[in-house]
This record gives sequence, C-alpha cells and structure tokens, in this order.
Amino acid sequence: MSEFLQQLDPVSLLSITLITATPLTLAALGGMMCERSGVVNIALEGIMLTGAFIGYAVAFFTHNLWIGVAAAVLSGMIIASLHAVLSISLLVDQIVSGMVINIMAVGITGVFYRTYLESATSAGPGTLPHWNVPVLSSIPVIGPIFFENQFVTYAMLVLILVVHFVLFRTVWGLRTRACGEHPRAAETAGINVHFVRYVNVITSGALAGLGGAYFSLQQIGNFLPNMTGGRGYIALAAMIFGKWTPVGAFGASLLFSGSDQIGSRMQSVFHVQIPLQFLGMLPYLLTIVVLAGAMGRAIAPAAVGRPYKKE
Amino acid sequence: MRANDGVDLDVSWRQVHALLGENGAGKSTLMNIVYGLLRPDSGEILFDGKPVDLHSPLDAIRLGIGMVHQHFMLIPPLTVAENIVLGHEVANRGVMDLTESSHKVEQLSERFGLQVDPRERIAELSVGLQQRVEILKALYRGARLLILDEPTAVLTPQEIEGLFTIVRALVAEGKAVIFITHKLAEVSEVADVITVMRRGRVVGTTTPKESKSADLARMMVGRTVLLRVEKSPAKPGAQVLKVDNLVVLDDRRHVAVDNLSLDVRVGEIFGVAGVEGNGQNELIDALMGLRSIRAGKVQVDGREISNLSTHARLKGGLGLIPPDRHRMGVVLELSVADNLVLDDFDHPPFARWLVRQFNAIRDYAVKLIKTFDIRLQSPDQPVGSLSGGNQQKLVVARQLGTLPKLLIAGQPTRGVDVGSIEFIHRQIVSERDRGLAVLLVSSELDEVLSLSDRIGVLYRGRIVAVLDAEGADRDRIGLLMAGAS
Repeated sequence: MSEFLQQLDPVSLLSITLITATPLTLAALGGMMCERSGVVNIALEGIMLTGAFIGYAVAFFTHNLWIGVAAAVLSGMIIASLHAVLSISLLVDQIVSGMVINIMAVGITGVFYRTYLESATSAGPGTLPHWNVPVLSSIPVIGPIFFENQFVTYAMLVLILVVHFVLFRTVWGLRTRACGEHPRAAETAGINVHFVRYVNVITSGALAGLGGAYFSLQQIGNFLPNMTGGRGYIALAAMIFGKWTPVGAFGASLLFSGSDQIGSRMQSVFHVQIPLQFLGMLPYLLTIVVLAGAMGRAIAPAAVGRPYKKE
Repeated sequence: MRANDGVDLDVSWRQVHALLGENGAGKSTLMNIVYGLLRPDSGEILFDGKPVDLHSPLDAIRLGIGMVHQHFMLIPPLTVAENIVLGHEVANRGVMDLTESSHKVEQLSERFGLQVDPRERIAELSVGLQQRVEILKALYRGARLLILDEPTAVLTPQEIEGLFTIVRALVAEGKAVIFITHKLAEVSEVADVITVMRRGRVVGTTTPKESKSADLARMMVGRTVLLRVEKSPAKPGAQVLKVDNLVVLDDRRHVAVDNLSLDVRVGEIFGVAGVEGNGQNELIDALMGLRSIRAGKVQVDGREISNLSTHARLKGGLGLIPPDRHRMGVVLELSVADNLVLDDFDHPPFARWLVRQFNAIRDYAVKLIKTFDIRLQSPDQPVGSLSGGNQQKLVVARQLGTLPKLLIAGQPTRGVDVGSIEFIHRQIVSERDRGLAVLLVSSELDEVLSLSDRIGVLYRGRIVAVLDAEGADRDRIGLLMAGAS
C-alpha cells in the first residue's frame, strides 16, 4: 500500500492538477464575464495564444518577465476589443467573430515566431519565480499544493473570488447579468447595454490573456506554435460544466486537468494502456452530459449570443 | 412610414387618460417617444409646462415618467428587489446593499398597497404579481406620470379589478396615468379622459360620459362596427371530437393538461375560457399530435387518433389556427401563395410526382384571397410584408379552405384589428352553420362569450365547468378562471 502511494504520489498529483487547471480557470472566468453580459466568447483560444506569444516576445526583448505578463494581459484586451467591435457594434455573428480571431491568432503568432524568435540565439527570459508563502507553505499536504506556486496560479486563486464577488455582490454584476438575460429590460431601466458588454468582453480578454502568459512565461519559458492546443475550448466547457459560476468553473477545470494527470500516470505507473485521445475526449463528453441535463440543468444566460440592437 | 402623424395629446395630473386605438394605430410608438426609447422627427414634448428633450429612458425616468410595458421588462432569474432597483441600485461603493434594497421595496409596497415579497424570484410569480413589480419599479424611480401599455391583456377579470383599484389610488395621490388599451369596456370603467387614435393620428378626445362604447368603436375603426357577433342559435348534431381524461406534460415535464374531458359536436362552437398558461397550448398541441400525451383518449368521429401523425390528422379533417401566428402559423419569408398551400403543397393538385404545379397553386391562392378578403398587392409577395390582420386572415383562409370537420381555433384574433376580428368571427360562425365543429381556445373572455355556443372554463389544465353561452354570467366565469369553485 505504501509503495502504491509512493508511486502515485497524491500530493504532487494534486499540485500539478491545480497548476494545469490555471489557464483553464482563467479563461473560463473570462468567458463567464463575457457570457453573463450576453456575448459568446469562443475567441478565448485565440486570445490565450496571442497572450502567450506577446507575453513571451515582450519578456524576451525587455528581459523582464513582469512586463511580459502585463503585455500578455494587454494584448488579450486588445484582441477582445476586436471581438467586441465586431459582435456588439457591427452585429456580426458572435461565433463567426470568435472563430475569425482564433484562426487569425494561430497564423499570426506562428509567422512572427518563425520570423523573429525561432532562430534567436540569445537566452530566453526564463520562467516566473516560485513564491513560497511563509508559514502557510510548511503546512503538510496543503502547503505544497496551494502555497508553493508561481504568480499566475496565485492570481487565478484570487480572481476566482474576485469574479464571484463582482458578479453576485456588486452593482456591476447585477447590471451584467441583466444585460445577459434581458437586454431590453436593462435598457429600459436606464442601463447602457453596449457599454456593459464592451467592458465585460474586454475584461474577458484580460483574464484569458493572463491565462496565455501561463503557457509561455510560467510553464516552460518559451513559446511554441499553437501551444495552447485547444485549452480555450476546454475552458468554455468548464464554464458550462460549472454552470456559469466561478467556483463551479474552477471545480470543472480541476476535474478536467486532474483526469489528464491521472490518465498519464495510469500509463507511466501502472502501464495501463488507454489511448491519450480517449482521455482528451473526457472534458467534451462531460460537457455533453451536463448540457443534456444529467446533473441538474445548466441554463445559459437567456440572451447570450444575440446581438442587441436598439430600436 | 409615419407611425405617428401630427399627434397632439394633453395629460393632466390626477387623471387617468386612456389612449384607445387598434393594434398598429400608433399608441405604443407615441408612448415610446414619451419614454425616450424613440426620437420624434418633429414636434415638441412639454412636461410640467417646460419643453423637454428625451434621448433615452434615463431622461424620462429623471423627469418622473415611468412605463409598464406590454411585454414585461423583468428579468426572470433575478429577485423582485433586484429587478426593482436595477439601474438605481442601493449600493456602497459599487457593492450592492441587498438588505436595504429589500427594505426600500417593502416600504414602497406598503405605501401603495402593492404586496409582494422582495426576495422572491420573478420566475416564481404569477403574471398579476409580475405586473405589480413593474408598477413598483416605476414608483421606485419616482414616477409621477405612469404609462401602462395594454396592462390588462394577460390578467383575469379579478386581477383587472385589482389593477383598476391601484390605478385609482395612484391618481388620488396626485399622479397621472396614461392607460393604453384597445378594449372598449375598460376605457369606460377606468378613464377620466379618452383620446382615440387611428392610423397614427388622433381622431378625437372625449370622456366616458360623452361617448358610449359604440361611438368609441366607430372613432377607433372609422366606421360602424358590430360589437356583438350576430349568430343564430346553434343546431348541434353528432359528436365530432371527444376527449377523455387527457393528461399532457409541458416542456418542463410538469402536468399541464390534467385529466381533461370535453366534447364538440357538429355545428357548434365550444369555447375554452381561461387565463393564459393554464394548459391551452399543451391541449392544442396534443390534439394536433405536436406533443405526446401521457394518458387519456382523443377521438374524432368515434375513431381514436392519439397514435396518428399530425399529417394524418390534417388529412382526417382537423384544421388548426395556431395560437402563435409567427411561431406556427405562417412562414414570413415565403410568399402568400406558398403559405396558403402549406398543409398540402406536396399533393395533387398542387404537386404532381415531385414537381410543384404553380398554376394550380396560384389559382387556388387567388380564389382564397378573394373569399377571405386578404388585402395585398400580389400572391407572390412575402407574408411578412402583410399587416397582422391580413396574416391572420391568411391562416384562417388556409384552414377553412381545406373544408375540415373540426377546427381548432387558438387565439384566432390575437393582435388583429377590429375590422379583421369582425370578419374572422363571421367566417367561423358561417362555417359553423354549414356543419363545422369548432373548438375555440382564447384568453380573451369577450371573444369566448360572444362566439361560443357552450363554454368550458379551463383552470390549471382541467375543465372546471361547462356552461351554456346563452345567459352565461361573466363574473362567475371570471371567478372560475381564477380558480374559485
């Protein structure tokens, strides 16, 4: 039994699960701010990839990881503004606008990477430092999991609470939900629906951009073409699985990243051969199960996906 | 198009000012201008004697103008208090003070006698209570002039009485109320002053004392109208439709039609009266085969039809005027002619093998257009370009054109002008006289009362009483509709 536990190493399993859930949770929080106000944001994938690239490129040339993180967030906001203009002001179908951004992001980051960065010979910017929280990090089990992390993971843990508070306790949150459920009612109550949606879409870009910084600046200290590998879509699944609530989306992200980790350990420790592709399907399968109403219905904001046009 | 053309309207404090007109007369457009949702191309609005410029509802709210829309502007998943304070939240540095919000709502509802629990979710409330929340919302924003847009459309007669009491109380407090409606009876009961609109213009301003219902109707329509349907007593024959202990579930899998039984005979109109949402739509769906039934029997001419497809039922002599015209009645993008053969487009004479027969379709369409007086430029124009009244006449024409045995008429005159209502009613009565059995399902009690030969009152999915229409007591039906036994 002890040998089994040693091989499985549950503390490191949980710790890696939390770390790999970071970009999923951040992008899901972003998607949530966006969808709660009535705009679908399938562009999370492209925004994260752009954030990963810009964050890395800026850190590379400035030799400063923190400027890189800030640049990743900013670039996310800029790409999200594009989505906002297209889908809110120009009434473009929100899915189409999002797909355009995703396809564009893969192409542009790939080209710039190959042209300017791939052959660069100077040393990379490295990765964000590990911060051990004094006292708390020495608590057994909990310490190594929660209090020996890097910046983006700490930021994620704080932002879960912040987004929850904003959505359900503040005036902004009430107005956001009103715009996502019944924009016309919000308008007649004197709320500027387009303004609320713009701010939320751009906020979602900031959150997803920070999620992008995880890949290049926290995880490996390098950029690779298409390194987000569909995590933006899994984040959307996590948001739905979590019923458009921050804590729920965090739980779903943990479930998805945890199942990934367990899958790879099954192979390395127990030599059980499950093809990776099957494990990769899990998030989507679970999402379908939830959408089909098997675990209590997940109800999307009523007006999500519909451009709002003043009369 | 000019929805409002040179309109003048004067509203005074301490008055209920009724704005009377048919659908499409421009009442709602006018009120949307006053509420800042629309901008006028020319003209002036004075409030408290001063000219005002309204760019958005926010400007109107600031002046003390409140509006209760026909389709409620409430957000179902949010609570009563959240809905009321939305846009004018009680907050401390952006953080909601929910306790204080609820407290304020309670104070307000006590002051005006509008009882409602601020912590309840809107989705859990009845329509009457939702309307109360809408009124409270306007009062919370400091409304002194309250605009009520078709406020009685969704209420029971008793709830309408309650609303009138509230309106009178508000006026007694010194407020002004604009009451938009197309129902003549209400105007005489609640209004101090009446302005009648027709086709975007004001036809005249009067008071209930000066003008009787018939005069008002003439002003509204522009000609004399029959307020009652003229019909001879029914001569009912053999039973056509027989429904026994029918149980049907709604989309949320709750029981919507609960052990319902009724029968309709040749040459009679059986009217189902009831407030919307008591199982009407589920009953109609089940009879047409659009929704599966949980239990019970449905027989037409003594033959069980519950296992037949909708197509087979239409072939077997059922006709349907669907309650929601745009969802089920017409395809707005298709031409008038195509819509008229929608039930039958793939059969002779409208199709041979796989080829549609356009001449036959067109001839048939021209014939129906003439018989049913559908006003249009060409049978090839899309249905979406017709007025609501003409769209509805098209639906009626298509159904009666197939000469059914049994017509299920769901809200046959919803959103239709008075002139077309009269026409549609006359068509239904004359088909009845030729032996058609009609099941009329309508939430307009006046329509059920004037058209039916027998009336069944529907409450929570059950027919709670069946009465002869001759001499039926309106108040008693109203009470039954509200669930009194």
